[in-house]
Amino acid sequence: MLEVEGITKAFPGVVANDDVSLTLNQGEIHCLLGENGAGKSTLVNMVFGLYRPDQGIIKVRGEEVHFEDSGDAIDRGIGMVHQHFQLIPVFTVAENIILGNEVTKGAFLDLDSARRQIDSLAERYGLAVDPDATVGDLSVGEQQRVELVKALFRDADILILDEPTAVLTPGEVDDFFGVVESLTGQGKSIIFITHKLREVLAVADRITVLRAGRVVGTAAAEGATQQSLANLMVGRDVVFRVDKAEADPGAPVLRTQGLRVADDRGVETVTGFDVEVRAGEIFGIAGVEGNGQRELVEAVCGMRPTAGGRVEMLGQETTDWSPRKINELGVAHVPENRSKHGVVAQYTIADNLVLNRYHQRKFSQRGVRNTAAINAEAQELVEQFDVRTPGVDAFIDTLSGGNQQKVIVARELTGDLKALVVAQPTRGLDVGSIEFIHRKIIELRDRGVAVLLVSAELDEIMSLSDRIGVLYRGRLAGTVNAADATREELGLLMATGSSEGQR
Amino acid sequence: MTTVEHAAGATRASGRVGLDRQSITGLVFGVLGIALLAGVAPAISGTSRRFNFEPPPDPAGIGFHPPTWVIAIGVLFLLTAVLGFAPPEARRWATPARLLSALAVIPLLLVLSLALSDNPSTNIVNLFNESLVLATPLALGATTGLWCERSGIINIGIEGTMLAGAGIGYMTYATIGDAQSTGWLWFSILISVLAGGLVAALLAVLSIRFGVNQIVGGVVINLFALGLTGFLRSEVIVKTGITTGVGTSEFGLPLLSEIPVIGDQLFRGKPIYWMMYLVVIGTWLVMFRTPWGLRVRSCGENPHAAETLGVNVVRIRYQSVILGGLIAGLAGAWFSMESQTRFEDNMTNAAGFIALAALIFGKWTPWGAFGGALLFGFSRALGTRLQFLGVEVSGFEIPSEFLQALPFIVTLVVVAGAVGRSIPPAAAGQPFQRSK
Repeated sequence: MLEVEGITKAFPGVVANDDVSLTLNQGEIHCLLGENGAGKSTLVNMVFGLYRPDQGIIKVRGEEVHFEDSGDAIDRGIGMVHQHFQLIPVFTVAENIILGNEVTKGAFLDLDSARRQIDSLAERYGLAVDPDATVGDLSVGEQQRVELVKALFRDADILILDEPTAVLTPGEVDDFFGVVESLTGQGKSIIFITHKLREVLAVADRITVLRAGRVVGTAAAEGATQQSLANLMVGRDVVFRVDKAEADPGAPVLRTQGLRVADDRGVETVTGFDVEVRAGEIFGIAGVEGNGQRELVEAVCGMRPTAGGRVEMLGQETTDWSPRKINELGVAHVPENRSKHGVVAQYTIADNLVLNRYHQRKFSQRGVRNTAAINAEAQELVEQFDVRTPGVDAFIDTLSGGNQQKVIVARELTGDLKALVVAQPTRGLDVGSIEFIHRKIIELRDRGVAVLLVSAELDEIMSLSDRIGVLYRGRLAGTVNAADATREELGLLMATGSSEGQR
Repeated sequence: MTTVEHAAGATRASGRVGLDRQSITGLVFGVLGIALLAGVAPAISGTSRRFNFEPPPDPAGIGFHPPTWVIAIGVLFLLTAVLGFAPPEARRWATPARLLSALAVIPLLLVLSLALSDNPSTNIVNLFNESLVLATPLALGATTGLWCERSGIINIGIEGTMLAGAGIGYMTYATIGDAQSTGWLWFSILISVLAGGLVAALLAVLSIRFGVNQIVGGVVINLFALGLTGFLRSEVIVKTGITTGVGTSEFGLPLLSEIPVIGDQLFRGKPIYWMMYLVVIGTWLVMFRTPWGLRVRSCGENPHAAETLGVNVVRIRYQSVILGGLIAGLAGAWFSMESQTRFEDNMTNAAGFIALAALIFGKWTPWGAFGGALLFGFSRALGTRLQFLGVEVSGFEIPSEFLQALPFIVTLVVVAGAVGRSIPPAAAGQPFQRSK
């Protein structure tokens, strides 16, 4: 269906794709696997006509093509679901789907017949969407279905899915795989981009692995293992299991009692949360997203007012303290929303590294910043935390997600820590960075820091935590020892809020 | 925006400021209501007044007793205030009550202005017609803004675009048509329209091609137009010696203008005035019912999404901004060849900025923008009418500047509470860079 031969694409300062070749056969799911920044998105953006290759050929159904814009690619039957949905929130589902390919009656839009076409597509592929709903009101999973229908509406038979599962909950991922199978069953061919190994093995027919812009291997899915794929991706042996010693918990450091917190809409999503995290242990909070995780973390760290209950740290009540006061107690926070709360995109790496300490004597005197001291400190942290950057004076938004996260972790983990609150520490990161950050968290625990870990990745919770609490509708549905926990037991607690396994 | 979303928005805001919009509006109406009942109603003259529907002699009309009306409206305001703080089950009446109260401000202003003047009667049909006529450049200007902002370009250069249209059009008329010939008049109006398009094209090139900050680009347009037209007036128009001439002439709509009493007042008008309705209706149809309109709106909301669907964002933005400019040029022609037949420096007199306010007031929709323009047109017409009536408070004549400004202030304050939050197109003001 699709052949890419010897594609090269360079951006200022970096070769994103270097002599990349790939073939996609009719009816297959071809996984494109690679770390962040390996050049997966660049490659498919060229196939979809958003970028133009410097060298190389793209052939669709045996015919060489030169796309000027994505309209050309769409005309050739290529559809793409972007990692960040390309939807217009204030438009209805039908308007989003027909945009650029409008159904008309005379000079006017014919929304009635568009609706009928959408309904019949939805039925054929099992993608339930309501054509009259406003897209901004839909859940992420529903929005993704709209994106798929959008591509199918344009008669796409080559579908490019860029990290489609990154935004979905585990249950939605299973539904999504069902949809993908039904698509290939009806003759569609799919390029599936991901860096999650489990998914690759679950759906792929063939796999191409990219590293640093080059193809480092193409293989049939049979015979591949997580280990072999990970080694290919990273270029060295990857240790999956987190090695850690038995925890040696000390005195309680962080405690909440009957904590209640409201979300942005004023709805209480944390509804009486009690927890006690002791020094030298990692307490993992599992749960389906939207059960109050975000509000819980923000309230504990002073970023969101509480609606009731109390928070205590190191024996003092810290309810509704300011984030800086809490920070000065020795409580660090690695926030869930990296770009919104973690870094200041228009600052340099050095400035981002001292965001929590710029006012200290070491870095500023009489209101004037000591740039020499800041840069020296930054240089040290960049080396210590293996941040891949051209220099500490580069702007942070030039770094990949993984390296930005390392900067945040470097900043937060420096200093005399007593407790660490960390949310989704490895979301969107590649295996190499995940491994690194996990090791750092364990190191802290072994130094006697109390760690509260919130993550949507059950594997992460299970491998890092010493104790696991399941958050369900704003309260703890159960607490288990990580050593005894099973996926099934936790999954049941996450889904229903109760289980026989509660102890 | 539906009422439900609206209420949610108000609650969200309340988390931060303490008092939400509903309570503030309620308080304002409460204070106004008490003032009307306790202060105004007893103070104003009890002699009966009359609203006429046609010019003298012997006009049809209705008589009324001012204090009764003031009391009725005061009670309505108080009710609205109470409903704002009522228990949740009664709250569903709060929104209609607020809207009704906001509307009641208009009769209130009319009743008060007549009660406080020595004149026993005034023609309100005529007042309504003046409002519509004065709304013409505002509605056209707001439509200009609508096309630009819906495609993602903020245009604060509407004022300058109108002014350029007014000046260049009249210059053409004065130099080649001696401001006398109807044939040249229409040609000159066309030149106004094209001049508007050209000025907007300048803004489009600045903001789309060169990515200049759109606010700065708009300011540049305003200053440029002011200088250019001033220069043209002193160097070209003044030298023709022509200070006035033949403008567009009134005609009545068939059938409608035959309606007794009101027909001749409401359904007679000049051509650009009638074209304003066509522009508003056409804008609504094209923007919300055609494929091209859908694409324009997508460029103002999420240009990158539009690009992935093969929409040429750059071309659409050029087209929309220039279309808007053509409309602003027509508004310019209204000033120099319809409302009056002459050109003066800065004759648009901030209408372009008021048009922007009407656009925001109308929440970036064609009908809302028209409603906003009508409201400001009414405020202006009433301000003028108040001067004629000579309003006095306890023997002291109120200065005319204050009377001109008063209706704007009152309507804005009250209606702001009833209209609520206005959300612009998401990508308005953001330069778009095509992927490479």
